[in-house]
Amino acid sequence: MNLQNILTEIENTDPEVYDRLDTRRNAMKSFAKTSGKIALAAIPFALGSMFQKAYASPTAPKDLILDTLNFALTLEYLEANFYIKAVASGIIPSGDSLNSLTVIRDHENEHVNFLKTAITAAGGTPVSFTASSFDFTAKGTFPNVFSDYGTLLAVAQTFEDTGVRAYKGQAPNLISNNDYLTAALQIHSVEARHAAHLREMRKMANLLVPSGVDVKPWITLNQSGIGTSAVQASYNGEENVTQAGVLITNIGGQNISAAAASEAFDEPLSKEQVTAIVTPFFA
Amino acid sequence: MLNIESKENQPDLETGMAKSFSRRKFLGVMGAGSALVVVAASCKKTHIGNNNGGVDLGSGDIGVLNYAYALEQLEAAFYMQVISTPYSQISDMEKAYLTDIRDHEIAHREFFKAALGSKAIQALEVNFSAIDFTSRTSVLGTAKAFEDLGVSAYNGAGKLLVNPDYLTIAGKIVSVEARHAAWVRDAITPGSFADMSAVNAMGLDMERKPDDVLAIAGAFLKTKINASNLPTS
Repeated sequence: MNLQNILTEIENTDPEVYDRLDTRRNAMKSFAKTSGKIALAAIPFALGSMFQKAYASPTAPKDLILDTLNFALTLEYLEANFYIKAVASGIIPSGDSLNSLTVIRDHENEHVNFLKTAITAAGGTPVSFTASSFDFTAKGTFPNVFSDYGTLLAVAQTFEDTGVRAYKGQAPNLISNNDYLTAALQIHSVEARHAAHLREMRKMANLLVPSGVDVKPWITLNQSGIGTSAVQASYNGEENVTQAGVLITNIGGQNISAAAASEAFDEPLSKEQVTAIVTPFFA
Repeated sequence: MLNIESKENQPDLETGMAKSFSRRKFLGVMGAGSALVVVAASCKKTHIGNNNGGVDLGSGDIGVLNYAYALEQLEAAFYMQVISTPYSQISDMEKAYLTDIRDHEIAHREFFKAALGSKAIQALEVNFSAIDFTSRTSVLGTAKAFEDLGVSAYNGAGKLLVNPDYLTIAGKIVSVEARHAAWVRDAITPGSFADMSAVNAMGLDMERKPDDVLAIAGAFLKTKINASNLPTS
């Protein structure tokens, strides 16, 4: 057995193998360390453990999918519980406003049920939350969330815009499974519909909208359209006007403003970013 | 980073829909009922598929991105016409929002064109003869159909992509299409942003296969599209 040949062979097959193992030198060192005095017959095992280090993703695909679905379920529980209390708050004007929030509440409950079923079917254990799991004042940041209509709508908009960004950020984690990916995308666009509608509701109600700011169904630059900096983390990064290295502003000689360029593409958030945003809403 | 092509293939204005649109306008032959004319001769890299003789979208991720590019061309052309010849009694807000949407769709179209470079399909000829651009009902009804169709198309295309970076790009666009869809729906019927015709009983938006999408979009395209080389899963 010629170790050098094996490594060369691997290198030819996977030129990035040493990136996975830091460097070739370190790989050799680390291999020498573990196999230095072992019998020749044991080398395949030593190689095996080295490969495990190189190729095993931190989370195996199935676990990654289940973790991702449970993360989504956590966010859906947050939203569902929020709208259950919102609709029951008695401060939402009857008619179109109450009807819309009821539609959204029902969708979030449907998402909870859908994800619970999906996770169970995939052999996982769905996370579980109850009404008492949440603190929608976000530790006192929104003390009037269920008594002030403007605050209620502002928190709702933030949840929806954040949810859109969260699903977008998680989609690549589901790319190995067509069914879960498609379902996640089907939820993602429903959240975007909610967000657009809530933004219009806020515009019409003109509550907590900073003067001189036009809240539109789409996100302009990093503007929340909400008169508090407490929600800003949900909007930072949305001002991006470069997609995949292509500058969108005035692209192709077209008259596309930076505002329009930012509106045309919603931006993802990482799991860590989303977690930081929603953590204050958990009791 | 999306790196389909090097910078050598920047958007070519001579073949762009915008150019053909303005040229047509310049010539004064624009009629709401007739198709746009584009310079088809400039599509040097377009393969002619052996399936239906239409423009071959190609295979793999490139094919899927060309599929998106085709839909964005259709949407952009539609909203350019809407703003060029606004329907009667259009409100200031409607005009402002429809202008925003036009710009978003142009941005999407130009993005795909730039990103695909020489692998991009040609500029497509559209056929809007079924649309009455003087009528709010016709325009918003078509906008709703296009936006819902776009959402379902991207939702159905996600799984066809292999490269996660392309998936993220598609995700960045589809939620904006969904925002458009929600607003257009509300403009037609308040509160219909995500009604039962858009979202099913499980709370899921629609998803469609490319063939089903193109069967619908094809009615508005003079150029035939050949999607036979697209991945199916």
